[in-house]
Amino acid sequence: MAESIKKYDVVIIGGGPAGLSAGIYTARARFSTLLIEKGGVGGQIINSEMVENYPGFPQGIGGIDLTQAMHQQATKFGMETLYDEVTGIKASGKQKTVKTSQGQFTAKAVIIAGGADRLKLGVPGEKEFTGKGVSYCATCDGAFFRDKAVAVVGGGNAAVTEALELTKFASKITLIHRRNELRATQIMQERIKADAKIKISWDTVVLEILGDKAVEKIRLQNVKTRKESTLPVSGVFVAVGSQPATGYLKEVLKLDNVGAIIANDRLETSVPGIFAAGDIRSGSIRQVISAAGDGAIAAVNAGKYVSG
Amino acid sequence: MSKPVEINEAKFEETVLKAKMPVLVDFWAPWCGPCRMVAPVVEELANEYEGKVSFVKVNVDDNPKTASQYGVMSIPTLIVFKNGQPVSNIVGFRPKPELKKNLDTALAAG
Repeated sequence: MAESIKKYDVVIIGGGPAGLSAGIYTARARFSTLLIEKGGVGGQIINSEMVENYPGFPQGIGGIDLTQAMHQQATKFGMETLYDEVTGIKASGKQKTVKTSQGQFTAKAVIIAGGADRLKLGVPGEKEFTGKGVSYCATCDGAFFRDKAVAVVGGGNAAVTEALELTKFASKITLIHRRNELRATQIMQERIKADAKIKISWDTVVLEILGDKAVEKIRLQNVKTRKESTLPVSGVFVAVGSQPATGYLKEVLKLDNVGAIIANDRLETSVPGIFAAGDIRSGSIRQVISAAGDGAIAAVNAGKYVSG
Repeated sequence: MSKPVEINEAKFEETVLKAKMPVLVDFWAPWCGPCRMVAPVVEELANEYEGKVSFVKVNVDDNPKTASQYGVMSIPTLIVFKNGQPVSNIVGFRPKPELKKNLDTALAAG
């Protein structure tokens, strides 16, 4: 690509609620701002059909609608967006160089808001049947399983949300969870337990996903009794958690034992001028509102660093 | 500027299968967040590959037959057609560099 290196005051990595909120603040404060996003703008929340706990929307708001509005808002103030994957960051004094797969940029401050990647189940058949019955998004793919039996794997809010979403389409939903209690919030647990279409298989793990051209059944094991069983399903929805997207940062920043970025209460990382916001930060509660709050804190402190 | 064109089942044969140029078909639906997320990236690709690949969108809600004919059970799915045959199939949203690599490979083959 071009040899000339474009310079910005602030480069933001990641276009979820944290990065977009940071962009609103830095762009509105008249700092030249570039947001680099590898997939598309929105972050993990786009998989939520309805966000019920973001203040100001008593009827709820679609995850994609909320984040697209945030993107518009940041763009209105002058934030630029680039769709590319960041491969590395180098800090030398006050200048940071952000490398992407197709170019590089310099910035006075960098806000890392790359979020978390969904974890895979890691069982035979998962990769082979992705898009052929194995799915990571119930709002996207639920309609392909009308009147069919499906399984949802996981026990957190994501899994429970997926199971509830699927009740609109599937005839029967089995929630497969390796423990004997859910991690999901109480209101979600109440809803799932009240739904006649949903059955919960406790203490159970998936061993294998089987089928010919598409998913036909899954092989399960009870972790307590070791007993194996087979469940006929047409779809397997995987929601087994996520991992901070910090693969390229291991040598650059201090990370915690799960790979999340360690930052102080000003969201400064171990490298001056590099800030962390949202789910990628150690201790994040992984909510849209906390991501947005992180974005604002990181942006204000990045602004001080740039001007200072 | 070239924008992906929305087509329906009736137009699929003429626009995709009988096309002289390779065609990237974006299977999507309005209620699918990741589909709307990937749309601006696909639009950028449509510009960058103008004259080399044509880009169309098929709404799976309105065109379930075409979707099931090509085994689409997850969206977004991007399928590249060359001479009427699907030659590449990308399920779920992927980083733009990966989409480009996939597209380049599909174009180079055969």
